[in-house]
Amino acid sequence: MTAVATLAASIRELRKDYVLSGETVHALRGVSFDVPEGDYISIMGPSGSGKSTLLNLLGCLDRPTAGSFLLGGEDVAKMNDDQLSETRATRIGFVFQSYNLLPALTVVENIEMPLYYGGRIDAGTRDRCVELANLVGLGNRLDHRPSQLSGGQQQRVAIARSLVNDPRFMLADEPTGNLDSVMTAEILDLLGALNAEGRTIILVTHENDVAARTARTIVLRDGHILTDERR
Amino acid sequence: MSRGWRTLKLSIKSLLLHPLRSALTVLGIFIGVAGVIWLLSIGEGIGRAAEEQIAGLGARNIIVRTIKPSADEVQDAGYGLTRDDYIRLLATVPTIDKAIPIREVSREFRNGTRRFEGRCVGCTPDYAEVTRLEPSQGRFLTDGDLIHQSNYCALAAETADRLFPYGDPIGQKIMVDEHFFVVVGVMKSRAPSAGIGGSVAAEDFSRDVYIPITTMETRMGDMEVVMKPGQFQRDLKELSQITIQVKDRDLVLPTVDVVRDTIARNHTLADYGVTVPLELLQQAQTTRLMFMLFLGLIAAVSLVVGGIGIMNIMLATVTERTREIGIRRALGAKRRDITQQFLAEAVVLSVVGGLLGIVGGLLCRPISILIRDRLLEWFPEQMATLPEVVRTVEPMLVSWSIPLAFAISVIVGVTFGVYPAIRAAQLDPIEALRHE
Repeated sequence: MTAVATLAASIRELRKDYVLSGETVHALRGVSFDVPEGDYISIMGPSGSGKSTLLNLLGCLDRPTAGSFLLGGEDVAKMNDDQLSETRATRIGFVFQSYNLLPALTVVENIEMPLYYGGRIDAGTRDRCVELANLVGLGNRLDHRPSQLSGGQQQRVAIARSLVNDPRFMLADEPTGNLDSVMTAEILDLLGALNAEGRTIILVTHENDVAARTARTIVLRDGHILTDERR
Repeated sequence: MSRGWRTLKLSIKSLLLHPLRSALTVLGIFIGVAGVIWLLSIGEGIGRAAEEQIAGLGARNIIVRTIKPSADEVQDAGYGLTRDDYIRLLATVPTIDKAIPIREVSREFRNGTRRFEGRCVGCTPDYAEVTRLEPSQGRFLTDGDLIHQSNYCALAAETADRLFPYGDPIGQKIMVDEHFFVVVGVMKSRAPSAGIGGSVAAEDFSRDVYIPITTMETRMGDMEVVMKPGQFQRDLKELSQITIQVKDRDLVLPTVDVVRDTIARNHTLADYGVTVPLELLQQAQTTRLMFMLFLGLIAAVSLVVGGIGIMNIMLATVTERTREIGIRRALGAKRRDITQQFLAEAVVLSVVGGLLGIVGGLLCRPISILIRDRLLEWFPEQMATLPEVVRTVEPMLVSWSIPLAFAISVIVGVTFGVYPAIRAAQLDPIEALRHE
């Protein structure tokens, strides 16, 4: 088995500079690590350490200034905007801290949205969305709007949505940041189960409890990797 | 379900989230489109009415009419067109198809004790055709009547009604001056013709009695004596008018020149005027075109205002929905998808506005007639001061205005929707996501 086949992602000397009101901010100053298939990684670090920037790059929401990011063997840094969109729609599941559900759409409609942009809507779509809603325990709230759900329920909708394109690569940006401990536990159980299915999960968190449930923790500081430890 | 259909459904859904805002935007386009159709319809209606009045005089006709010169110029020998003028025209101008000598005098018509003031018209049989009079009963005058100088007459509709309110007038006698005339026909009523400048007075053809011009010459002579307080006024003229019908419409203008020359040779006084309905018709058509262009311009401005309304709303929407755009982009929407979505919303707004505007445009005729009638009922004095064409206006729907208005509304939607849509798509996904 070659190295590429077993790696979900490979990051080499990744740099990201921002120009913020005339001043260049070096958010990432050369980050390198490999992500084997099925890994469960937490990324930690103080504010401004570059962890959100890193997650955005991993989620194909942004392109690096320099370095390479191979996702399943393809260099994301070389993709154009449409290809990045395509990749987001079909290969990546992204869970946001603030859920980012569309308030006008129902639970089912929110879940099916990535399929819509991936161009894979078909007769089985609704069944699949209902199945996912059941998986995250919201089978009885299919036609509710996000505003009628609690924070934990909203986050579970977001997780269901990130799963709808059946991604092998999932990213979560402080998925439990806005939730109380009971709901945090629920969400982490769900993520753990998904990882057990063989999905690669990378999450950003501030909390050591959350990091403790992952298999590997990368700590960032000032745009560099401080530590990279596997439990 | 096709992609286009989904985009459409999505945009309708988004628009329904802000029903009032969408409705107001639609209203802008509605007013623009309905305005285009209304203004064109009213313009067409007024133009048609004016043209019909002129066409009522006949596009192939040349009207030569006696004008009374100022008092000190009138000679004992009389004034105006003469029977010689008529004969000369008919004999020398080959392009003339028909010429009708006409003499009109005011008379009181009597049937027993019924009396009725009207116009007694001496003419030839062709008069009916040229002025588009048709008999509703009996017949008009014939060449035989003319040759025999018969005491036959044809009555206009109102004259017949007033003199013979009960029973059939045909075969009955009426009295004009001290002569009896046998009624041989009753004419259908027709729309009055327009008065044009000073030379052709408006004619309403409703209070007429038609007799052969030869009979009129023999029985009544050429002299009219009008009694006024303190004096008698003599009025000596042979003919009031000669109506000429030219063989072909294209020959009208050259014929006019010949007619003018022919008559001028025998008249020292400016006691006649030549009117050419065709010239007036052409003028009216030009005026109408200008009028329509002007109205069209106003309507176009209102559509642009509606379009700016759409643009305004869409730009506000883009700002307001920045976060939504960010979420959609993060979940895999391409720039193109976002552009399509916003463009679809703009087009849906303008198409809905356009369709409603067309419905509103179709209601132009009933609504404006209703308003006109109400106004006539409530403010009769004020309405009476308005020009005839305005009081009687009946909007005519211009058929091409509907596809035009609809096309414009779609074009407006796309034009004013493109910029906000592109703005929306250019948003950076991460920036958009952070937007609160």
